[in-house]
Amino acid sequence: MKKKKLAGAFLSLTLAAGVLAGCSGGSGSSEKSSGEGETIKIGVNLELSGGVASYGQSIAEGLELATAEINKEGIDGKKIKLIKVDNKSEASEATSGAIKLTSQDQVTAIVGAATSTNTIAQVQIAQDNKVPVISPSGTSPEITYKDDKLNDYIFRTSFIDPFQGTVAANFATSEVKAKSAAIYIDSASDYSKGLAAAFKEQFIANGGKIVREEAYIAKDTDFRSTLTRLKSAKPDFIFLPGYYEEAGLIVKQARETGLDVPFMGGDGWDSPKLIEIAGAKALNNTFITNHYSSGDPDEKIQNFVSAFKAKYKDKSPDAFNALGYDTGYYLADAIKRAGSTDSEKIKDALEKTKDLELVTGTFTLDEKHNPIKSATILEFKDGKQVFNTKINPE
Amino acid sequence: MELIQQLINGVSLGSIYALIALGYTMVYGIVKLINFAHGDVFMVGSFVGFYSITVLDLSFVPALLISMTVCALFGVLIERIAYKPLRNATRIAALITAIGVSLLIEYGFIYVRGAQPEAYPSDVLPTDKFNIFGVSINSQSVLIFGVAVVLMIILQIIVHKTKIGKAMRAVSFDADAAKLMGINVNNTISATFAIGSALAGAAGVIFGIYYIKIEPLMGVLPGLKAFVAAVLGGIGIIPGAMVGGLLLGVIEALVSAAGYSLWRDAVAFIVLILILIFMPQGLFGKNKKEKV
Repeated sequence: MKKKKLAGAFLSLTLAAGVLAGCSGGSGSSEKSSGEGETIKIGVNLELSGGVASYGQSIAEGLELATAEINKEGIDGKKIKLIKVDNKSEASEATSGAIKLTSQDQVTAIVGAATSTNTIAQVQIAQDNKVPVISPSGTSPEITYKDDKLNDYIFRTSFIDPFQGTVAANFATSEVKAKSAAIYIDSASDYSKGLAAAFKEQFIANGGKIVREEAYIAKDTDFRSTLTRLKSAKPDFIFLPGYYEEAGLIVKQARETGLDVPFMGGDGWDSPKLIEIAGAKALNNTFITNHYSSGDPDEKIQNFVSAFKAKYKDKSPDAFNALGYDTGYYLADAIKRAGSTDSEKIKDALEKTKDLELVTGTFTLDEKHNPIKSATILEFKDGKQVFNTKINPE
Repeated sequence: MELIQQLINGVSLGSIYALIALGYTMVYGIVKLINFAHGDVFMVGSFVGFYSITVLDLSFVPALLISMTVCALFGVLIERIAYKPLRNATRIAALITAIGVSLLIEYGFIYVRGAQPEAYPSDVLPTDKFNIFGVSINSQSVLIFGVAVVLMIILQIIVHKTKIGKAMRAVSFDADAAKLMGINVNNTISATFAIGSALAGAAGVIFGIYYIKIEPLMGVLPGLKAFVAAVLGGIGIIPGAMVGGLLLGVIEALVSAAGYSLWRDAVAFIVLILILIFMPQGLFGKNKKEKV
């Protein structure tokens, strides 16, 4: 009952906002009509504090840059207004943030969250209230498609886990020439498990052997015992699809334990804190798959890099900055094509995105709401991420 | 070889538990209070050490001393504000207050500086790696163990050879009788909190150097584990806390070594339950009946 009321209230507001396109059932309310047409309210539900705060803050910076650029001309004369909530890197806070944005602020769409777990926490709210949610960097397949069912209001800007895991496995086989690999996952994270599953499948298909699988739980600090155990299995390569806090500690402790083989992770490693925690030396001979590299010579990327540096005191943008920026343009493109701020029409427009040129690659959406785009492989050399190679989807 | 390596891993982890457990045990020994805020004093100590090293640009020893001093004062402050008014209240009231103080410190700290983690600089202490018969030993783990042992010896000397130590033992034995003998019970209890908290501060700095990453909720789990260690060794008994801490560290390392790393935390608490059922007085405790 309460949900219906919420949805009804939301629908009438969007109607009142000058959208009216032959929809039925929203009769009765016309308050708040004037003034609302000038701005498009976009909710931002990000990890601005807590364990993965650096992702959320980076996305917010990128998104703000994109919004500022888009607002110079506006979308059909309307300007985007961002309404931010901090989900403190916790799933329960992400859910309540989504409730606040949909019911209290009545936003047109939500950007966020940065991690898969916190995005999944918003799915039900978005579906019930019919508000599109775009996760800039949630890479778990289950966000948009779970149990053979499409969450039709959920979108993403990043590629999905299986793709990162597959790329990592191909890289391990063809570039590192690894015959055996070990997998060390964060058992508290959907993201980590997703990458590991895809890596395992592809690595075995490439003729490799998985010699050991171990797990830790986020917030652990002592990994030496497990690393000693991993070392005794003598793998050529270790796949470590965790987040930067633990990944940094693990790489550091691994090197101290005398485990010197290449490590590889996903975009969850991408944070300056990783280098602080692990130390530049320990990170040599480690690789990550990522969405983009600021060292990529592509012209569109270099334009973005210089615009970003101009706005944020010469800071070089990371992948989360780029994804935040792209999410802004992805959404703006859909709103423009929808020709309205009606959530349902924006959803349809998002679905039809094709060959949209963005910083993190030219992308087309597949039927599971997953972008088909390229992945970049970066190597850590003395504490710096160096562009290694770019792998395009087949 | 792998087993010896794992034992060394366990001893370094256990030294940190032991240092925290010493504070639990001392406070329990004297006021029969399980000071749940102790893990958070450890966290504060770690941050004080971090800021001493990064902002004030100090080296290891001064940072350690500053952190111990600040924590000692902080411990006394907690005792004076939160526990002293409840000294004659029921034990459950004091226990709940301790949990409240713990949460207050954790979230007060987050409110003030945010929840983002911080990384200790990696060059505070040299990190040489020795290889002895295929076992790689990190110089830091030797140092951690050394600092823990030295601090415990100092503690034993304080408790058994000094006047304040004698007062502590007297208060622990019978607070009212001690008072009649002219011992200032309040000051003695404060001193106990000061010493226990200073040890937690030292553990915080060592933890930061060894594990690099520190954050405002870092004290929760080590605090609980140290509590397990204190109970394991016999709560209230100083050498018991040391042995309990080392033993718990080794148990955890062996659980991970056997391939059950996800069970590691669970095993620590299973140990607690088993100890409470079969040996409630702990390894070093005297079996004395308590009248209820």
